[in-house]
Amino acid sequence: MRSYLISRLLGMIPTLAVISVIVFVVIQLPPGDIVTSTLDRLQAQGVDATEEYVQNLRARYNLDKPLVLQYFYWAGNLLTGDMGYSHLYSRPVNELLWERLGYTLSITVSALMFMWIVALPLGIYSAIRQYSIGDYIMTSVALVGVATPPFLVALVFMHIGFEWFGVSTGGLFSPEYEDAPWSLGRVADLLAHIWLPMIIVGLGSAAFTMRILRANLLDELNKPYVVTARAKGVGPAKLILKYPVRIAINPFISTIGFVLPSLISGEAIVSLVMGLPTIGPLLLTALLNQDMFLAGSLLMWLAILTVVGILLSDILLAWLDPRIRYE
Amino acid sequence: MMDTVLKVRGLAVDFKTDIGLTHALVDVGFDMPRGKVTAIVGESGSGKSVTANCIMRIIQPPGKIVGGTIDFAPESMDPFEIVSLGKRDPRLQELRGGLISMVFQEPMTALSPVYTVGNQVAEAILCHRKVGRQQAWKEAAEMLERVGIGDIDRRIRMYPFEFSGGMRQRVVIAMALVCHPEILICDEPTTALDVTVQAEILTLIKDLQNELGNSVLFITHDIGVVAQLADKVVVMYQGRVVEIGTVRQVLKDPMHPYTKGLLAAIPGLAPKGEPLATIASVVGDTDISRPYPLISLPDGRQVSMPREQIPGAII
Ligand SMILES: Nc1ncnc2c1ncn2[C@@H]1O[C@H](COP(=O)(O)OP(=O)(O)O)[C@@H](O)[C@H]1O
Ligand SMILES: [Mg+2]
Repeated sequence: MRSYLISRLLGMIPTLAVISVIVFVVIQLPPGDIVTSTLDRLQAQGVDATEEYVQNLRARYNLDKPLVLQYFYWAGNLLTGDMGYSHLYSRPVNELLWERLGYTLSITVSALMFMWIVALPLGIYSAIRQYSIGDYIMTSVALVGVATPPFLVALVFMHIGFEWFGVSTGGLFSPEYEDAPWSLGRVADLLAHIWLPMIIVGLGSAAFTMRILRANLLDELNKPYVVTARAKGVGPAKLILKYPVRIAINPFISTIGFVLPSLISGEAIVSLVMGLPTIGPLLLTALLNQDMFLAGSLLMWLAILTVVGILLSDILLAWLDPRIRYE
Repeated sequence: MMDTVLKVRGLAVDFKTDIGLTHALVDVGFDMPRGKVTAIVGESGSGKSVTANCIMRIIQPPGKIVGGTIDFAPESMDPFEIVSLGKRDPRLQELRGGLISMVFQEPMTALSPVYTVGNQVAEAILCHRKVGRQQAWKEAAEMLERVGIGDIDRRIRMYPFEFSGGMRQRVVIAMALVCHPEILICDEPTTALDVTVQAEILTLIKDLQNELGNSVLFITHDIGVVAQLADKVVVMYQGRVVEIGTVRQVLKDPMHPYTKGLLAAIPGLAPKGEPLATIASVVGDTDISRPYPLISLPDGRQVSMPREQIPGAII
């Protein structure tokens, strides 16, 4: 197990190196760079930059060096945790990310919890009461849930909230707390707002998970090991949870690793629609505005989190299923 | 008067599937003498497993017990009837694995792959007795050693898939016996195993039965095994009992045409050089697919065939 872990960790290094080259090339692709765009901005303000200023700027961003060296400067900075400067927001990328990480985490994690709290009991019920009225109802609801894009659900919720109840459901804070310093009231306000994005983001995956869980469980329910356990006197609830459910949920627990990359790319459109200060929309605007340092750093993080997430999934799966662990 | 531990009467089970209604069991009845090995023989699909599952009350939909009684007279508690036990009756949980336990045909899939052998054997104890985990594991280890699993300190923490088929079947047997049940049901416990392993497992079951003194219901389609193991034989055909008797009576002097056919179809017993017999549905004058009520004969055996065809029938 340990040597497996070490080899997997070492294997991540070349993967990430290759990805970083690709990301760097992508950053360089559009014409112009941060200096030309800065000059454009200055010019628009009526300021003429001196040749010396331009040289300074180029030197500061290492743009006067060959491309290969530029790559190493960029990658080296990334390694030390400096993700560069966003000219769109005129702020360091690090600051932008930190600010949004908390909200992103809280929405993603709470949506994940919502998904499990809904999908686990309903999926189990649906399987052990297959073809009951409850199963049919849940199947229908789940199909709608899977088929509706989350941003549409968000729009519907916001419309209903506004038209019927006269409340604005966008954002994570009421206007009076928007820019206020942290206080008990602000936390309460956050909690009062976060449940909606939590449900909207979690709904689709809850429906999907419920359906897959039902299918997996139906496969397991009549396996001989379940009959053996029933015949040895295991009570009904424990029987279902300890034996078939334990095996049916393996594939899901292992997908927890995929949550990591979704911190950056997940539900960007929902966040945009609802005005949520998460990282998703940041990536979208960075790409739209050719804010290449910001976009590059986010893409790089996406890659890192994906690779780490996959590793995490594999470890979890091995931990959960001895058949994999012992191979 | 023979001491009877289990008395099955008029047991009927239906399976309602898309294809239609199947009468898996029709009026099945037999007695199990206490402390003895009763064998059920019959071809595949004759209802042996369904009968066993009824006794454990683990018939699952689409199957349903539609009639009959199973009277159980355990030594450790008052007699009760199994078919009419309510779903929440504590005796039902006590019955499964506590008073009666079962060894299944497929040792490769009868254990969950994600729990250790020790966990699954100890669980049987924890389900039925108020003892701590440690005590349960200790007793599980003892029983595993008793069924012939060595190096127990290491093996008890291993997973079923690390064991061979024969070893797994030993684990299942240990799991079944660890609560000292009064009846052990073995549903074709050796069918899925290699021939050499088969013999070992049979010897093990027989030896343990001698040691522990429990009654055994041994289900098989192999007459050879019956001769080796059983005291009493119940022959089933198409969901019915066609003949009941002692091993000697049934194997030496079969009465029902189906039993005769079954014996004639054994490779070792048939005359050399002739093709093995197959069992037609009409043997001699008797259409064996037609149900006849069981008739008790003076020598204690029972047979289901027209009264006039029973040789030397008295009454
Ligand atoms: N799950 C099931 N669904 C439908 N019919 C079944 C099922 N299990 C058993 N049966 C019916 O019961 C009959 C007896 O099965 P079984 O007791 O398993 O036979 P065996 O004597 O080989 O153990 C089968 O022929 C079949 O018609
Ligand atoms: Mg069977």
